[in-house]
Amino acid sequence: MTLGVVMLCHTALERAAQLARHWAEHGCPVVLHVDARTPEAQVDRLHAALKDLPDIRFIPRLPCEWGTFGMVQATLDASTRMLADFPQVTHVLLASGSCLPIKPVRALQDHLAAHPTTDFIESVTTADVGWTIGGLNEERFTLRFPFNWKRQRRLFDGYVNLQRALGFRRELPQGLTPHLGSQWWCLTRPTLQAILTHPDRPRLDRYFRRVWIPDESYFQSLVRQVSTRIESRSLTLSKFDYQGRPYIFYDDHLHLLRQADAFVARKAWPQADLLYRTFLTPDGDRAFASEPSPGKINRLFAKAVERRVKGRPGLYMQSRFPNRARGGTLSAAPYGVFSGFSALFPDFQPWLSRALDARVHGHLFAFDRVQFAGDEPVFKGGLSDSPTLRDYNPRSFLANLIWNTRGETQCFQFGPEDEQAIAPTLAADPNASIFVITGAFAIPLWQSGRSAAEVRAEAARLQKVESDFVHLLNRPETKARTRLWSLAEFIENPTEPLEQLVDLLHPRAAHRVGALPQLVNLTGFGSFLQDLRNQGMAPVLMGDFPSDAELSQPSPPFARPRVVR
Amino acid sequence: MASCHGVVGFEWFGGEFPADRVGQDMGLIALARLRARRRYLLARAFRRRRQLVPVADRTSTLPLQPILLFSTIRNERIRLPYFLSYYRRLGIDHFLIVDNGSDDGSREYLADQPDVSVWSATAGYRQSRFGMDWMMHLLRRHGHGRWCLTVDVDEFLVYPFCETRPLRALTDWLDSAETPSFAAMMLDMYPKGAMHEQPYREGQNPFEIAQYFDSGNYVISRNPLYRNLWIQGGPRARLFFTDRPHRAPAMNKTPLVRWDRSYAYVSSTHMLLPRRLNLVYDDQGGEKPSGVLLHAKFLDTFAAKAAEELARGQHYAESHEYRAYREGISRERDLWCNWSEKYVNWRQLEVLGLMSKGNWA
Repeated sequence: MTLGVVMLCHTALERAAQLARHWAEHGCPVVLHVDARTPEAQVDRLHAALKDLPDIRFIPRLPCEWGTFGMVQATLDASTRMLADFPQVTHVLLASGSCLPIKPVRALQDHLAAHPTTDFIESVTTADVGWTIGGLNEERFTLRFPFNWKRQRRLFDGYVNLQRALGFRRELPQGLTPHLGSQWWCLTRPTLQAILTHPDRPRLDRYFRRVWIPDESYFQSLVRQVSTRIESRSLTLSKFDYQGRPYIFYDDHLHLLRQADAFVARKAWPQADLLYRTFLTPDGDRAFASEPSPGKINRLFAKAVERRVKGRPGLYMQSRFPNRARGGTLSAAPYGVFSGFSALFPDFQPWLSRALDARVHGHLFAFDRVQFAGDEPVFKGGLSDSPTLRDYNPRSFLANLIWNTRGETQCFQFGPEDEQAIAPTLAADPNASIFVITGAFAIPLWQSGRSAAEVRAEAARLQKVESDFVHLLNRPETKARTRLWSLAEFIENPTEPLEQLVDLLHPRAAHRVGALPQLVNLTGFGSFLQDLRNQGMAPVLMGDFPSDAELSQPSPPFARPRVVR
Repeated sequence: MASCHGVVGFEWFGGEFPADRVGQDMGLIALARLRARRRYLLARAFRRRRQLVPVADRTSTLPLQPILLFSTIRNERIRLPYFLSYYRRLGIDHFLIVDNGSDDGSREYLADQPDVSVWSATAGYRQSRFGMDWMMHLLRRHGHGRWCLTVDVDEFLVYPFCETRPLRALTDWLDSAETPSFAAMMLDMYPKGAMHEQPYREGQNPFEIAQYFDSGNYVISRNPLYRNLWIQGGPRARLFFTDRPHRAPAMNKTPLVRWDRSYAYVSSTHMLLPRRLNLVYDDQGGEKPSGVLLHAKFLDTFAAKAAEELARGQHYAESHEYRAYREGISRERDLWCNWSEKYVNWRQLEVLGLMSKGNWA
């Protein structure tokens, strides 16, 4: 059997010459087509470079613009010439000027000899294709596309929309079932002959002239009418990114290409010297690839598409800055925000840190200084404890903190005594879990020992700030997970809320929490609240706080250390 | 003239400029203003063309489709050998450099290099928009239709796969993606310990000394008028600008552009006009490819430089930056902290989220 290669070139003709020589020297006749838009001088050099090889033909040059019929016409012309000039050819491979054979030519020849009647061409019905660009699948065949997609984008889109609006549909030629697939195929002589001499060809060609990207559908559709045996996969490895541009292979892909199961790779960067040097050596010098593992290459490109389309959630940087609708309020990982807990439990922070196996900060948004865990002046990533720096862009501060500590849950205290500018961001962040004991802000005021008259104004201010925060959390737009208790509600049974929050933030906690944190002694707090009322303020966020008489009932159940479940 | 100074663009979003109002006022008036500004910048650069006196002009020998590097220098002799060799290795074909009154032999050294063209300018750095007028004139003359990298002599470009793929691979890929501009944020590198402890030798890789950087304290906001991202942070913001963070230097840069004679750099290489060139980021959640400019400013050469520049008063915002450093440095000579990250390679920067491969694989 003999393999012939039809090669379509437009740039980097030195590489095309090298490739054509490689094919020819391994017994494969080559028919070259060069795009009519390529400068004459370059084409002359190509002719000169291949002058010494007898089995190389050039065909008249046509313009091959992307997505137009020119590419198909060139292929048809070149194939005709191939079959006419080289009667010994049994298979024809369609390749481009940057399609690099990544297996020895002998391996490909052996493969074809083992499958003498099989046509290797990806050919899938339009309904089953998921990779087309611009949302055009079936419409490629039922609409007309007289405008160039790259140069006349507006006209292209406008005309498509107009046809859709008018309900225009082209009639398909008799007997044609549209199929799509990779442009790069390898067909047997009888199949190719049958396509070239198809009785209906003038009509089919006329039809395909107005189909969009006919090079991905012309042969793919016609082969279904004439072939006896189709294997619907391409022997050419060709990966496309999410915008339909082919991926390019560089020197650092060498080890991946060695493991690919295809015979040819499209497309290699013209200056990837190592690739060309490695794969264009004479076959004898090269061991056959060991174990093909094409999964690696697929994963590499799938990940690239995902990075470009979805990115790393919670990362804000110079080339990723999502707007609100596309995750602009999302941080990188779940974190906990605690309001009122440290007032109620003096050793809340060490307890939480043990219970959650997390990094527990103090009041990160305190006015005087950022209270990082362990009172560090600088935290991971170089975050400064300066409140001015933090308040300059609190959103970035929080996003940075959560991003910098990926893999470790962060918790921090937040209350009405803190800078509130971050509050809307917290509420809008699906990764935030916010736990609030409303009214707990009054405990430090009471503990300060000052009289109710003195702290009245401060208490009223804090209550206003906190009720704004609560209001914000209760809005339907809030995306954070929130749990709110009034102080009275909470101290009735503190165990359950504490269990809840541990479950929520650390669901797979292997070890159970030992002792609960010690609650402050609230004897006298009731009368403090009454004093505030007497001063004319209405402390409402605490709920129905029991009077001191009720509080001093014999040992309330929560005062004793308990084991969480 | 003074009112139209190059730093105006900065003061807007650094100061009390009502950002939300600009967002709504995106009509024809804003477009006309941007257009007028671009024209003005181009005209400025054109008027100052005679300030450039050619010392060695080798631009007639340029190959087809060269990748060009543009820079303004002053007394950087000790840094030049490594700078040139670094960028030659990346695949810069030709260097176009303006020498602003060096007296340490920089000009003569550059004039001797076969792939460097040198112009001499004696006029004020400040009055030429910190060298940008000269840069833009050269960009317009020689950069049209070519990939142009505009960097300072202490900025070293790192991009995805830079160890295995030359700059040409990147520009070819950007061409195929029809992307005319490429972002590379500045990353301040610093040594551990005081800067003067490890003197820099000529030809040495500065990052053997300045090995550390801040990995995650950069704050970002979007400039609604120019549509670029404004990034500040790093050790300078952390140490020298804690009391006036809005004055901390901008770190966002777009140094690599397939230039067109109608383009203009607005403020250093932070912003461009037309403003579509500033859309180097994705706002739909994805990541576009981007690089990093490693900034080798904080070496033992820095103290002398700061003193000299302060005396000349030729730097941005009345040398505010240098004054802040001098104060900060006398107070706190060591930029290093417990959480400083030691530089390894571009992949490390990618993992840290400082740059991205995007969909270049």
